[in-house]
Amino acid sequence: MSFQNEADYPAAYERQPSRRLPFARRFSIGSALRRLRLLLLAPLVALLSACNLVVLNPAGDVAAQQGDLLMISTLLMLIIIVPVMALIVFFAWKYRASNKEAEAEYQPDWDHSTSLELVIWAAPLMIIICLGALTWAGTHLLDPYRPIDRIKPGQAVDESVEPLQVNVVALDWKWMFIYPQYGIATVNELAAPIDRPIRFHITSSSVMNSFYIPALAGQIYAMPGMETKLHAVINRPGEYEGFSANYSGDGFSNMRFAFHGLDQAGFDQWVSGVRQGGQTLDRDQYLELEKPSEKVPVLHFGAVDGALWDAILNMCVEPGKMCMGEMMAIDRQGGLSMASVRNTMPLVYDKYAGRGKSPAYFGSNESYVMTICTPLQAEAAAADRMRRAELDTVAGPASLERLTGQGLSPKQTPMASLTTLARNPFATGPVPTDIRSVPNA
Amino acid sequence: MSATATEIDRTVFHLEEEPHHEEGSSTMLGFWLYLMSDCLIFAMLFAVFGVLGGNYAAGPGPKELFDLELVAINTAMLLFSSITYGFAMLAMDRNNQRQTLVWLAVTGLFGLAFLGIELYEFAHLIHEGATPQRSAFLSAFFTLVGTHGLHVTFGIIWLVTLMVQVSMKGLIPANKRRLMCLSMFWHFLDVIWIGVFTFVYLLGMLR
Amino acid sequence: MNADQLIPLIFGRLTWEALPLHEPILVVTMSVVILGGLALFGALTYFKMWGYLWKEWFTTVDHKKIGIMYMILGLIMFVRGFADAIMMRIQQAMAFGGSEGYLNAHHYDQIFTAHGVIMIFFVAMPLVTGIMNYVVPLQIGARDVSFPFLNNFSFWMTTAGALIVMASLFVGEFARTGWLAYPPLSGIGYSPGVGVDYYIWALQIAGVGTTLSGINLIATIVKMRAPGMGMMKMPVFTWTSLCTNVLIVASFPVLTAVLALLTLDRYVGTNFFTNDFGGNPMMYVNLIWIWGHPEVYILILPLFGVFSEIASTFSGKKLFGYTSMVYATVVITILSYLVWLHHFFTMGSGASVNSFFGITTMIISIPTGAKIFNWLFTMYRGRIRFELPMMWLIAFMLTFVIGGMTGVLLAVPPADFVLHNSLFLVAHFHNVIIGGVLFGLFAAINFWWPKAFGFKLDKKWGLISFWCWVPGFWLAFLPLYVLGLMGVTRRMRVFDDPSLQIWFVIAAIGAGVIALGIAAMFIQFAVSIINRDKLRDTTGDPWGGRTLEWATSSPPPAYNFAATPYVHDADAWWDMKKQGYQRPLSGYKAIHMPSNTGAGIIISGLCLVMGLALIWYIWWLAAISFIGVLAVSIGHTFNYKRDYYIPEDEVRATEEARTRALAGTEA
Repeated sequence: MSFQNEADYPAAYERQPSRRLPFARRFSIGSALRRLRLLLLAPLVALLSACNLVVLNPAGDVAAQQGDLLMISTLLMLIIIVPVMALIVFFAWKYRASNKEAEAEYQPDWDHSTSLELVIWAAPLMIIICLGALTWAGTHLLDPYRPIDRIKPGQAVDESVEPLQVNVVALDWKWMFIYPQYGIATVNELAAPIDRPIRFHITSSSVMNSFYIPALAGQIYAMPGMETKLHAVINRPGEYEGFSANYSGDGFSNMRFAFHGLDQAGFDQWVSGVRQGGQTLDRDQYLELEKPSEKVPVLHFGAVDGALWDAILNMCVEPGKMCMGEMMAIDRQGGLSMASVRNTMPLVYDKYAGRGKSPAYFGSNESYVMTICTPLQAEAAAADRMRRAELDTVAGPASLERLTGQGLSPKQTPMASLTTLARNPFATGPVPTDIRSVPNA
Repeated sequence: MSATATEIDRTVFHLEEEPHHEEGSSTMLGFWLYLMSDCLIFAMLFAVFGVLGGNYAAGPGPKELFDLELVAINTAMLLFSSITYGFAMLAMDRNNQRQTLVWLAVTGLFGLAFLGIELYEFAHLIHEGATPQRSAFLSAFFTLVGTHGLHVTFGIIWLVTLMVQVSMKGLIPANKRRLMCLSMFWHFLDVIWIGVFTFVYLLGMLR
Repeated sequence: MNADQLIPLIFGRLTWEALPLHEPILVVTMSVVILGGLALFGALTYFKMWGYLWKEWFTTVDHKKIGIMYMILGLIMFVRGFADAIMMRIQQAMAFGGSEGYLNAHHYDQIFTAHGVIMIFFVAMPLVTGIMNYVVPLQIGARDVSFPFLNNFSFWMTTAGALIVMASLFVGEFARTGWLAYPPLSGIGYSPGVGVDYYIWALQIAGVGTTLSGINLIATIVKMRAPGMGMMKMPVFTWTSLCTNVLIVASFPVLTAVLALLTLDRYVGTNFFTNDFGGNPMMYVNLIWIWGHPEVYILILPLFGVFSEIASTFSGKKLFGYTSMVYATVVITILSYLVWLHHFFTMGSGASVNSFFGITTMIISIPTGAKIFNWLFTMYRGRIRFELPMMWLIAFMLTFVIGGMTGVLLAVPPADFVLHNSLFLVAHFHNVIIGGVLFGLFAAINFWWPKAFGFKLDKKWGLISFWCWVPGFWLAFLPLYVLGLMGVTRRMRVFDDPSLQIWFVIAAIGAGVIALGIAAMFIQFAVSIINRDKLRDTTGDPWGGRTLEWATSSPPPAYNFAATPYVHDADAWWDMKKQGYQRPLSGYKAIHMPSNTGAGIIISGLCLVMGLALIWYIWWLAAISFIGVLAVSIGHTFNYKRDYYIPEDEVRATEEARTRALAGTEA
């Protein structure tokens, strides 16, 4: 797995704008279920009113849909679970040995009934078919790599608004956020304007972490040398909690940050506040920051080395170290000559002594491959990588055509899209693919 | 079993003749199961090589490193050893103890030759700096080929043990069973090696 | 050569620092264990028990005794694993509002890792293997397993693994990586200490035992069945055991391979799972879950079999849908290999891959659901006797369906994105492992104890244990479901949000109630042993059993059956009773049996030494013990006399004693 391949992924997705999700079109995560959910949850809600079930009641649209999916799946399964539990109790009670009334019914050799067998296999099967369809649709719709196309129920993404990009780095044990559009960076503090799509590019400096803000959207792993992506939007202003959801060592418990959902003015103010911070995040700063530390207070950087993110992702922040991209390009060509075998540095950052000082007993101390580029070449290569990454993300798929169906205006009603479907249910052309395009009543 | 079941009265619950589980009657099945579990280990190592086989870490690749002629000789050694093991088994079938032992010895020598060549290849690579630590490709290569070599080593130790036991006890049923097991093991290693030769060496040269 | 060079050569990296003398909790534990160990050792020596233990137990090849030893090992380790659980619960209930609790990160991280490793590998696995070992040969009318020596060896290898984990408590440290030790965190760079090495070698050594025991039981079930017992006449527990052991043989080699690669990374400096040099840590995650998911079914399938036996026995009915039960088991066995990726949907594999694995996971719930229905309809029109095993069955069914439901929920990738690694997940898998595996084991222990020892377990203390366990379980884990929905992630040591604390306190209270349940269970054992004469069962069939193990005496003689029964029906013993079966009272023959051997315990002991030597880099010792392993193994193959005959007289005497006992019951 490589970050290149992952970067390719959304592009591949884009090549099939006509992906059809027929089930999703008919099955709307809509208001009816929302009401049903409230009804069923009433007693629980009373019980749990003291606590904040953020997963079921988040402030971001993506997390809200994920929470909805969770509720719908639960309800679907309860259709079968509740009768089964009732029957278990009922049979256990009714056919107890001390119940003289049931004695007449005793049938010690009754062990087969084809029709009953059919039911007990078919009933779960039906539920799973429904759930499977829901899963297929939901997984594609809520794919974290897929740019969002609605801000909230009934409000499509405004094409003219550029998504906020945040490059996230999980460090030992703190989070670093780079805002390339603003040229600023922070540690352990994240802010975003409400109702503006956010595009996270996520990586890690050392071990695996998981980037998770429950109020905003589901989590995704942060992995060294690899890039994962997450698209989300925050709808309600407020201060939310973010953290690592994957154990990463001693300081893991305190690897938390505040996520501020701000209105546009507040966000602008926050950005200028960070700019005032003055410090510049360059390679040296980063290497210092990267060292393991716990409970790091919020840091602001008013300026960021533009090539830093690419260097972090390619694990070549240390001067002289070969970038992953360069290495993979060479490997694709079949490697280098025998002479390259000794092109390694006998010291020590990433491979050994990340947190200790102990190389493998029978190993060597060689810790990284030296770059064979001149600084100028390296710069050009990095620029090239960044340009490609840029192309990849800017060519966002949130075209209204996909969102609402061919030839339909964005304000299309759900009924109309159903009529389109009825007219030509097997249309292969662009059709509404998105249950989120259906405005909520 | 079903054929006899129909003949037996519903009320008969013990057969006249106690069912006799031949001594070692499960051994072949058990050993076969073990081989399959071992096969899975190799499957994992092949899979790992498949994933990491192109990650040279900007170091040399198979074309730079492998000497196909040497590997071809090596392969021939192992294939010959399989044939001679077959001869040993034929001799065993004829209850010819001396011939069995001779063919086993020949098999062992071919096995040793295979190991010797493999060790020479490893030593050469390491001497040139292409150590298992240099790249993920080399790690996967040394581990896959080395695990096979380790199996051959244990096969040879086992072979020698069996030769001692055959010369001590003769071709008794227990020893025949053991020779059968080692036979399966030895041919299994041959099959694995054919996979290694194709997948690692030949395809590596084409990469 | 001066001492500075000599000491590392002799002791590797083992120094006085390795003893955790600065950790008061560990010092107290260590003194208790040392004192207890000394007392036990002294008592055994004083009562001259060593010879008896060695001859009758340590070197035994009798599958029944080995099964019992597995159970003892599992129960002892259960206490250790539960102690870890209680410590975690207390820490999490305390560490709020700036409080660091009472455990530092170094200690806490070891505890949650050890808890997972011990509970899966050294509690659930030995208990499950123990039950299978004890019951399967009896159920199929065999005299022993296919490879009796291997059986003994497997047990001691498992024990050696357990001993390595226990050693880490007092010498050095255990892994601080979580129970699956994901690299690069578990690599040498980020975990330079001995912890991960303890983890690796404990699992490798125990894994050898598990794999061999799997091979052994498959061969036994395939080859050693009583005449007449076709595949579709095997008891359901034997079927589930067969599938379990197929899973073991087809999945443990994967664990062996992946741990070996991690070992090479740590010892030799290879680059399988490193960040640099082309390594790929995510491959480890894939590989270990290719083992890890089948492992879950290895644990639960045998208990599905146990519950099938219990449902039909205590309902006094044939099992409903035997055939669909068998097919459901086989389908689960196959599907369990197609779902591993659901453990890491959040890695970013893409929507199509994620939904594929999500949907295959859901499909497993269909055969599982069918099983639940089959038990349900086995109860239907039955005469249900609420003995302890039956109560555990009802508790299991009610608990497990909830666990199954939350499991399917987690199989929906977008839902998993918000619940992955959360306490909801923790609650889910405890819901199925406690509600399924553990409840099943308690049912099995209560069910087969009279078979193993000839007397029933005390019902009153059993009920107390039951009524502590079931509500205690919900008290301990419902709060975790709630916390998961509040977005709380697992493996946290300290918390900020004070509103969470109440839930952790409730969970800790629940754990306390469970502790009472465990205590009650041990009291139940003690009380039953003391009152064994009152609880005595001389019939060999105390529950109105249906399968062959109830046809012989309790405890069964070494040879299990004086005359091998012929099987006409899946419920063989029920069928025999119905047809008015009479025990043959004459015509005994000498019985061919395997003889005991000390090779298993010796080789395992050497493996234990080798493991410890490798952990501490004491190379000379590792080399010597490895050569020892080879030498003893080869030496063992020179022993051609591995069997003996139980003389006819002895068989007759044993059987006549049983005839008298049976007559006594009837009189």
